[in-house]
Amino acid sequence: MNFKLIASVSASLLMARWKQTLVAAIGVTFSITMFITLLSFMAGLNTLLDGLIGNRTAHIRLYNEIQPTKVQPVYLSDKYKNHYNFISSVKPKNERLQIYSNGAVMDALKKDERVLGVAPKIIAQVFYNVGAIDLTGVINGVDVEEESRLFSFKDYVTSGNVIDLRNIPNSIILGKGAAEKMLANLGDVIQVTTPKGERMQLKVVGYFQSGIQEIDKVQSYTSIITAQKLLGESNSYITDIQVKLKDILLAPSLAKEYAKLFDIEAVDIQSANSQFETGSSIRTLISYAVGITLLIVAGFGIYNILNMMIYEKMDTIAILKATGFSGKDVNRIFITIALTIGVFGGMLGLLFGFGLSSLIDQVPFNTAALPTIKTYPIDYNLKFYLIGTVFSIVTTYFAGFFPSRKASKIDPVIIIRGK
Amino acid sequence: MNEKILEAKNITKYFHDPISIQVLKEITFSILQGEFVSIIGKSGCGKSTLLYILSTMDTDYEGDLLIGNIAMRNKKEAELALIRSEKIGFVFQFHYLLNEFSVLRNVMLPGLKLAKYSEKEVEARAYQKLKILGIQDEALKKPNQLSGGQKQRVAIARSLINDPLILMADEPTGNLDKKNSEIVFSVFQELSEVFNQALLIVTHDNEFAARTHRIIEMEDGKILKDVSKK
Repeated sequence: MNFKLIASVSASLLMARWKQTLVAAIGVTFSITMFITLLSFMAGLNTLLDGLIGNRTAHIRLYNEIQPTKVQPVYLSDKYKNHYNFISSVKPKNERLQIYSNGAVMDALKKDERVLGVAPKIIAQVFYNVGAIDLTGVINGVDVEEESRLFSFKDYVTSGNVIDLRNIPNSIILGKGAAEKMLANLGDVIQVTTPKGERMQLKVVGYFQSGIQEIDKVQSYTSIITAQKLLGESNSYITDIQVKLKDILLAPSLAKEYAKLFDIEAVDIQSANSQFETGSSIRTLISYAVGITLLIVAGFGIYNILNMMIYEKMDTIAILKATGFSGKDVNRIFITIALTIGVFGGMLGLLFGFGLSSLIDQVPFNTAALPTIKTYPIDYNLKFYLIGTVFSIVTTYFAGFFPSRKASKIDPVIIIRGK
Repeated sequence: MNEKILEAKNITKYFHDPISIQVLKEITFSILQGEFVSIIGKSGCGKSTLLYILSTMDTDYEGDLLIGNIAMRNKKEAELALIRSEKIGFVFQFHYLLNEFSVLRNVMLPGLKLAKYSEKEVEARAYQKLKILGIQDEALKKPNQLSGGQKQRVAIARSLINDPLILMADEPTGNLDKKNSEIVFSVFQELSEVFNQALLIVTHDNEFAARTHRIIEMEDGKILKDVSKK
């Protein structure tokens, strides 16, 4: 209704105590700044740490595993159907690790709307031969382009050119740790032996550094064709299908679905790496808790200042009431004051928060474990800014709510008589 | 033409703190259009208390109060606030101007609150009221730059901005010297005689009261004498 008038009265009261107002606003600004910075930094760090595993791990991995048959023949027999059968000394069947009719499976997956991409993979146990010594290792045969697109393969190859893996026959990208052990430089030729005894010469075209040392000591990459040649298998041989989904949260349910549909083992990223999930959710929880505590403290600051202001402005409130302002109007005036502090403090806070986080973004952060990271990670998520805005308004509203109600209930007679 | 604008019927009030005392005992009287009334009495006789009840600011009483023939009993706080801004002008012993605003803005505030006229019109009317009180030159100053007498005149201008039915004042000259009291009195007299404004002034200044048209003398919460000169 009479908003203009209420706004002008609020503005005058604010300006009359501009120093206090400023202190209150700085409180809000500070807390919002810290809230934004803290959450952006934390989220950046989380993304980074999750990425360590999450970026290059398939959301769902389809594979065959050597394991005992789940359904033993005796269960299929009608004769012993109603018996309780004890079978001792069950042994795993010698099953091939190959995924059968993998071309059809991959086509079916690629057509699935929920799937972002599919990449085949061959995992082969090998020995790296260094002189008289054999070092155990694992060679991953990958589709270089798909691997780079879906699992940021390129980011982890620190020297050499990724595409050489496809273009140069019999080439290998060695894990950094493995390369150091073998003293293998780019362009050198190394020899590997498979468990079946086959030997192969491979040319080193790059180094791979995942950030997890134990992995870098054993893992190497070749192209799919090289891996097939190494294992002496046909060109339809594939041991793993890696699926990347559009929504990672669907992984557990889809893994079950695919396992049933393709009659294959399927593991989702959440079950395979549950410790990362827990870690990042707890870090997020802590940063939210700290951020919100900051805002609540700022809220108490505003509450105090408004309370003080009301004590100081008792006379003014009484006069406003005596000249026809209702309790509601007085209430609105103080709520307006509180919200003004909240909105201006909050907006400045968002700006400073953005500034501070982009400043942190510039700070160098070099670690051997993370080859792609050059500065501290920051996640500029709009969500944090929205939460900051909403929260600054909500806290200041509540901080203003009780003092305003008190102000609206002031009885002008008592104050005027008291003089 | 002289209709009743304020009527008090059997108004009784108690103070309960620290002990119950009856401060007003069945006060009954009425005020007509254009009347210039003063209430006198010793301090503690209940004259200010009565004024606060009549101005609707105090609602804790027994009996009936009619302003412009409308009963004030059982009205909500917001409705009373509207009646105060529309029908009653109030001048306090202390000027109670808001130092955050200019003189003009102070006078305009109740008018803007009532929002009967546009801001432009309210401003024009505020100038007109200041002119009646002879302080239009001070309009753009802040209240704390004015003398005590000037402040009280601004307060009177403010009370008149919505053309109230009745102007009430609680010791309006209590804080003023002889000369300024004289100015305030002549302002009231002019309002009464020229503008036919009803005035109800609580004062303990007998000299001031003697020059008004009607004197109500109170003692111990009762009306002792009610003398009309006209």
